[in-house]
Amino acid sequence: MNSDAPQTLDIVQAGLAKRRRRETRFRWYGRTAILLAMTFLALLLANILGRGFSAFQQTYIALDVYLPPGELSPPTPQHLAKVDFEGLIKQTLRRSFPDVRKRRQKRALYRLVSSGSAYELRDWVMEHPEQIGKTVTVWLPAGADVDMYMKGSVDTSVPEAQRRLKDYQIHWLERLKREQRLALRFNKIFFLNGDSREPEQAGILVALKGSLYMMIVTLALSFPLGIAAAIYLEEFAPKKNFWVDMIEININNLAAVPSIVFGLLGLAVFLGYFGLPRSTPLVGGLTLTLMTLPTVIIASRAALTAVPPSIREAALGIGASRMQTVFHHVLPLAMPGMLTGAIIGMARALGETAPLLMIGMVAFIVDPPQGFLDPATALPVQIYLWADSPERGFVERTSAAIIVLLVFLGLMNLLAVLLRRRLERRW
Amino acid sequence: MSTIMNIVEKFEESRDSAAPTSTDSDQGYQTVGEYSVAKPRICCRGVNVFYGEKQALFDINLDIGQREVIALIGPSGCGKSTFLRCLNRMNDIIEGCRVEGDIRLDGQDIYSKELDPVVLRARVGMVFQKPNPFPKSIYDNVAYGPRIHGLASNRTELDDIVETSLKRAGLWKEVRDRLDHPATGLSGGQQQRLCIARTIAVGPEVVLMDEPCSALDPIATATIEQLIDELRERYTIVIVTHSMQQAARVSQRTAYFHLGKLIEVGDTSRIFTNPRHPLTEDYITGRFG
Repeated sequence: MNSDAPQTLDIVQAGLAKRRRRETRFRWYGRTAILLAMTFLALLLANILGRGFSAFQQTYIALDVYLPPGELSPPTPQHLAKVDFEGLIKQTLRRSFPDVRKRRQKRALYRLVSSGSAYELRDWVMEHPEQIGKTVTVWLPAGADVDMYMKGSVDTSVPEAQRRLKDYQIHWLERLKREQRLALRFNKIFFLNGDSREPEQAGILVALKGSLYMMIVTLALSFPLGIAAAIYLEEFAPKKNFWVDMIEININNLAAVPSIVFGLLGLAVFLGYFGLPRSTPLVGGLTLTLMTLPTVIIASRAALTAVPPSIREAALGIGASRMQTVFHHVLPLAMPGMLTGAIIGMARALGETAPLLMIGMVAFIVDPPQGFLDPATALPVQIYLWADSPERGFVERTSAAIIVLLVFLGLMNLLAVLLRRRLERRW
Repeated sequence: MSTIMNIVEKFEESRDSAAPTSTDSDQGYQTVGEYSVAKPRICCRGVNVFYGEKQALFDINLDIGQREVIALIGPSGCGKSTFLRCLNRMNDIIEGCRVEGDIRLDGQDIYSKELDPVVLRARVGMVFQKPNPFPKSIYDNVAYGPRIHGLASNRTELDDIVETSLKRAGLWKEVRDRLDHPATGLSGGQQQRLCIARTIAVGPEVVLMDEPCSALDPIATATIEQLIDELRERYTIVIVTHSMQQAARVSQRTAYFHLGKLIEVGDTSRIFTNPRHPLTEDYITGRFG
């Protein structure tokens, strides 16, 4: 034994350097992997932010519009709806640039302001009826080309023939700039409008509201259903029962089913069988519920399993019934984990596109939905739609919509963390 | 085995003929000593317990008297905890566990359909190996049992129950100023006494204790042992313990379990000074276990 001891030590010593090398190498693998992941994340964020941030601003043009009292009175909504505000704006533009004579140039001149400016002007007049009869300076949203020029996206070194913005238009813009009639302002259109063919008029309100309504439906259905299913399976269902095992396997498999399959299911069941209206947040929410439910059940079961059995025994030991045990002790302890699971499931549902394509939520919708049964789109679908459009204005709006989506996802995850902290602190 | 049987037979011949003995069973063993008492609170006859296919307890016959402390001792895995958990049907929640035989509490079959385990567990309370207070306040821990059973009609009554229980568990002086503090902030020994208070707040007749001191230091253990001695005035106590000194200190009767069989039972002083069964003797003299 004595002669063995130093020998063992020698063998251990000899292997030690190798062991340490292996450990160091492993640590570096890990660091490299994390570095790589962080690099890609940084690239993604930089790309999206770089492209999308400009969409939160919009170019406005100041025009001195004369508001003729004869046409505009009485300033009631019914009467103003019939007034040709577009003509008023065109008239103003022609007066500002009197040297424009050619037909094509005139048309280009009208495109300086957005086609939605007429409505903006009408709204402005409705708010300020006392200004009728005077010439007033009104800031109106500029056209998409002007907007791009102001944001520096127009390359003037490209030959004129290949540019959307011709040299004479650039001259107008330079003149307007000198007169300080062009300005970048916060783009409230982006948040207050629905989709539009004109990039400068397109906004995400329809998608935002649609996503919100869908999340409400999904949360209201998948959270209670998921928790109830998890509690039954974990606390009440007989263990080692064939049917219970089958249900468990199916739930686990459902969580891995491609989401587009759920879209097809939603299409067949909710639209086909129940005949619910197409493109509505209700159907979207129901479909996403199908998709989220397995995730919520699995997360909730994990949370229930994590509750120490001693708590159950303690409650049962003083004569609590099974239901009292679950609802008084187990559920409160499992709640933070369940909420986290549910919110992460919701975050996944919020970013889901494929099943929504199947149930007709990929649609051009201008009016914001007023309820669960009005046609709407969702944020990721809106991104998908805009990403298809070639105009520069839509490219920046695509990225801006992605930013909004990411902000929402971040907020939901933050909420999950906060809720967990708060609930855990209580006991 | 034959030597054991010989000894048992010899012992049987030498005993007082009036004392009941267990009848021969399939397992073919007999418990040494007096397993029955004159006025039993709990009366167990022919108890067999199975975990799936595996049999954990073999034909246990044991009476537990009024206001006595009976200690269940034996090596690990001998079935003493299983037996304890039969007495308040805590084995019901273990999947695949089957209990056969007759267990009566004050003459009533506790495994009969008419008896709700909820009622049984209110009458037969349990203290566990590891202190397991609810993650709530000290007050709520003790008040939980009375609340769910509706033992108090108003806040004052509930306060009284909580105070009495904590006093009986010897914890009142230490926690009276911080009843609203979380129970998890107490020390291990205090937590275990809180669990005892929680159990007796329901007003049980029997208190089962499953190695209540195994997670505690010697000082806390001494406090609990003293407490058990005081509780004996009101409650019947069945305590499972790995410490023979503890069994000797707190109990009046001792039952020795070995591989699922109740080998010997008798007065604690007699068991520890004059064990009749060789297995018992080996165990208490420390030759194994």
